[in-house]
Formats: sequence, C-alpha cells, structure tokens
Amino acid sequence: MSTTVQAGDFTAAPTLPDVLPTPKERGKIGGFIYRHPTIVVGGTLVTLMILIAIFAPFLGTKDPTSLAPARRTREPSALYWFGTDMLGRDVYSRVLYGARVSLLVGFSVATCAGIIGTTLGLIAGFTRAFDAVVMRVMDGLMSIPPILLAIALMALTRASVKNVIIAISVAEFPRVCRLVRGVVLSLREQPYVEAAIASGTRVPVIIWKHILPNTLAPLMVQATFICASAMITEATLSFIGAGTPPIVPSWGNIMAEGRALWQVKPYIVFFPAIFLSITVLSVNLLGDGLRDALDPRLAKRL
Amino acid sequence: MLAYAIRRIVATIPVVLIVALFVFSLLYIAPGDPAAIIAGDQATPADVERIRASLGLDRPFLVRFFDWLWSVVRGDLGTSIFTNLPVSHMIQQRIEPTLSLMVLTLTLSLSCAIPMGVIAAWKHGTWIDRAVMMTAVFGFSTPVFVIGYLLAYVFALRLDWFPVQGFTSISQGLFPFLRNLILPAVALGLVYMALIARITRATMLDVLSQDYVRTAKAKGVGQRGILFIHSLKNAAVPIVTIVGIGFAALIGGAVVTESVFAIPGLGRLTVDAILRRDYPVIQGVVLLFSCVYVLVNLGVDLLYTVFDPRIRY
Repeated sequence: MSTTVQAGDFTAAPTLPDVLPTPKERGKIGGFIYRHPTIVVGGTLVTLMILIAIFAPFLGTKDPTSLAPARRTREPSALYWFGTDMLGRDVYSRVLYGARVSLLVGFSVATCAGIIGTTLGLIAGFTRAFDAVVMRVMDGLMSIPPILLAIALMALTRASVKNVIIAISVAEFPRVCRLVRGVVLSLREQPYVEAAIASGTRVPVIIWKHILPNTLAPLMVQATFICASAMITEATLSFIGAGTPPIVPSWGNIMAEGRALWQVKPYIVFFPAIFLSITVLSVNLLGDGLRDALDPRLAKRL
Repeated sequence: MLAYAIRRIVATIPVVLIVALFVFSLLYIAPGDPAAIIAGDQATPADVERIRASLGLDRPFLVRFFDWLWSVVRGDLGTSIFTNLPVSHMIQQRIEPTLSLMVLTLTLSLSCAIPMGVIAAWKHGTWIDRAVMMTAVFGFSTPVFVIGYLLAYVFALRLDWFPVQGFTSISQGLFPFLRNLILPAVALGLVYMALIARITRATMLDVLSQDYVRTAKAKGVGQRGILFIHSLKNAAVPIVTIVGIGFAALIGGAVVTESVFAIPGLGRLTVDAILRRDYPVIQGVVLLFSCVYVLVNLGVDLLYTVFDPRIRY
C-alpha cells in the first residue's frame, strides 16, 4: 500500500508556445511614429510648407510680381511649371510666395486669438463680476458667423495683411475665451487650487502657477484648429475681394484672379487650391493627433 | 418644458441686442461722413452741420442706436448707398436662391452624414470606419470654393451633366431647379457633412456601449432597430448641437458658393456690397444672417427637450 511516487509517474508538462507575442522592439522614434501617425504626417507636411515659405525666393523660378503681357495665360510647361496667369506672372512662383501669406496669417491669428482669448477667459473664470458681462459679449460675438464678422470688419478698413489678421482674430477669439473659462471653472474646484487659496496664495500666482499650465494642452489643440480655419478664412476673404490687397500673392488672390478664366485655364485656380487644401489638411491632422496624444480619453473616439 | 422654453427665449434677447449693437457700431465707425457726402463739395461747414442735424447724426450714440433698432424692428433697414433702394427690399429680392440652397444643403448633408456616422460607429475599427473618418477630415480641410470649382470642372465642364453656373427658381419646375442647385449644395454641404458625421460616430460609440443597448440586443431587437431606434435618439443631443453650431459654416460658405456658381442670392449681395463699400447693405445682411443663426440655435435648444425629456435647465 505504498503510495510512493516514482519519478516515471510524472510527465513533464510540454513547453507551450508563448501565447502572447513578445512586444515588438521599437526605438523611441519608431514607437512615436507608430502611436501617433497623424502627428508625424501632419507635422512633416507643415514643416515642408514652412520650408517652402522660407525658401520661396530660392525655389521660385521667376519674380512673382513681374508682369509680362506677351507671355500671359501659358499652359504649364518646363519653363512655367504651373503656367502663367492673365498678366503673364509665373503661377508657380506666386504659389510658393502664397505659402508665406497663408502661414503668416494662420500662425498670427492662432497666437493673437490665443493670447486675447486666454486672458479674457482667465479673468472671466476667476472674477464673478466680469464673468456674466464677458460671456454675454462672447455669446453675442459668437452668434455672428466668423466669416461674416471678418467680412464686416474688413469692409471698414483698408485691405492689408495686418488688418486681415486682426479681423480674423476678432472672429476667432471668443471660442478660445469660452474654452479657457470652462477649464478654469472646473480647475477652481480642484483640491490643490482650494489649498492654494486657503494658504493665502495671491490670485495672480495661482493663475500663473496652477491654472495656466493646465489650460495649455486644450489650448494648443484649439490653436491648431484656429490656425487651419484662419487660413481658410484668409483665402475666402481674398477670394471674394475683401482680404489681402491684390498685389500680395496669397492663394486666395491667385484664385480670385484666375476666376474669370477658370473655364478655359483651370490650372490657375487649381494649383493654389491644391496647396491650400494640403496645408489646411496637414494642420488639421496635426491638431487631431495632438488632441489624441494630450487627451487619451478622447483618443479612441473622435 | 414651457418654463424652459420661455427661459431660453428670454436668454437670447441680450445676445441679439449685442449683435445689433455691433452691427450698428459698424456704420457708426465706418469711414466717411454721410452728411459731408450728401452736402457735396461746394457746401460750407454750416451747411454740413445743418444736414447733420436734419439727419439726426448729431445726437448721442445710444439715442441713435435705439432709434435705429426701432426702425429695424419695424422692418426698415435703411437705404443702400449705391442703388438708393431700401435694404429690406434688396434682401427680399435675393432671399429665394439662398434659402433654396440652404434647405437643399441641409437635407443632403443630414441624410448622408448621419447614416455615415452611425455605420462608422457600428463598424468601429474596420476600413469602413477609417474611410468615413478620412473623408470627414478631407471634408473640413478643403475650402468650399475649392470643392465648388472641382465639382464644376468635373461634372459640369468635362461630363456636362449639370449647368456650370446659374439658378432656376423652383416655380419653373423641380427638375431644372435641382439640376442647377445640386452641385452648389454638394460643395457647400461637404464641410457640414464632415462635422456631423464625426460627432455622430463619436456619440454613437458612447451610446452603443450602454447597458440598455445590450438589453435590446438580448431581447432580440434587430441590428437596424438598435442602431436607428434605440441608439440614435439617445445620441441626438450632441448631434443637433453640432447641426446648430455648424450652421455658421453653412452661412459663411453660402457667401462663397454663390460667387463660384453665380447664384444671385444674399451671398452675392454681400460680396457686391463689400466691393462697393455699401455699408447699409452689409449691415442688413450681417444682421439678418446672425439673427437666423441665433434662431437656429434657439430651435436646437428647444429640440433638446424633445430628444431628452430629462433636460430642465
């Protein structure tokens, strides 16, 4: 009745193949590309456009403003890559210079609207007395469709790149203000802010040290989308004749000039259109990617 | 419900007043002295002063504002500097094409965007989902006039399926009306469609993971029933919100679309007014469009209670 166990009674468990695949080894850069493909694609294209804008004088083949009635409305060729417009100007060079205007307006509006909106949003979120007044005014401004607001402002002033930036910033900043105010209102209830208030920290210090850093992430995402929408608005304004002065080679202006001839010479309209769409698309992709990276809760949804 | 509706309607009054104040200031700070223009080159300063007093231009800002507001309420938007016609009359003449374009665009984009978003959420993670999302990103990255020219080039110039430009009133038959308006409506609607499809997908993803959806599935409700009856109604609040907010893009886009397709509507009136610096017309159009936008969003707020009776602000 011995119950001794002998060595032979046992069979070694077969070695099972690893069910879980070993995590793929990725370098830091490889992992980033894998996790955030939209940031990489958008960022690369935006960088490319910035480079085109900076090096426009070297990439361009002709002076974008030189008139030559003798060689007007040429089809795209080896000499004139994108053809020439009604006044004989080289469309390729003009489109390259157009990147400057578009990016300048996009970035400036994002910065201006960001700064004004953040300042007002912080004030509104922190002072009850201001809140009602500021937010009613913002509601009023936001109920005028942005393009119409910009059009109305441009109708008052001279056409210039600076005025276009101001007009679009005025149309865009209420959205930033509302966003920042919302963030501030929810942050105010956080224990660490209450602790700071209780320990007697002055309000400007609280705003600077505790509130502002926490608004940066949503602010950056919003700024990217404002940049994209400002570029579209600029092109739209120029296209209907209420934007940058006609002498400035902006994409909207090139298209506006090509309008009269577009049924016979569609390329004058289409080349700037392609550049504009690619730039806006890449900025939007960058914004989408940033939002996913900075707000993981939203990442899988939108 | 009634209390909520009344509160919402009262809350829009200050918003409308601020819009009106802004629109009025526009003319107030517009360059050029109307009295000096009417008086002409030969007038003495005393003449200009007399004309200014007779026009009421010497009174305080707020008095003039409420005077102006009162005449707007009675339907008098002033007189165009360029055509000397009443602005309200000019707007009336141009309203039909714009209204037709907007209604058609709204119908087209809603009937495409919502099924697109629902299917993308249902097939979450598949190539259908990704295709819908990519289309959406392309949709709101391409300016309205770019899409407009592209569509006009391919479908009107090359294929000759539609007229390149122009507008036919619906009173001349439904078919020519639609044939003229379908390209502008698609061009204008793409941005709107992209916005709505995105939000529909996002909200539906949320709703589809709820317990009552699982219960519906368990008791044997069909896929279509779950998606379009049980889920869509619960996803409706964010969707109608975006429909309301996105209406701004529709208004801005209409101004441009009408220029591309030579539609004689309010958008063209706006563009012409800008080029001529016809401030009373710009004022009238901005005021009208903004009020429409405010009313649309008021309607959206009231719709909330239909979709979600729990809402009581």
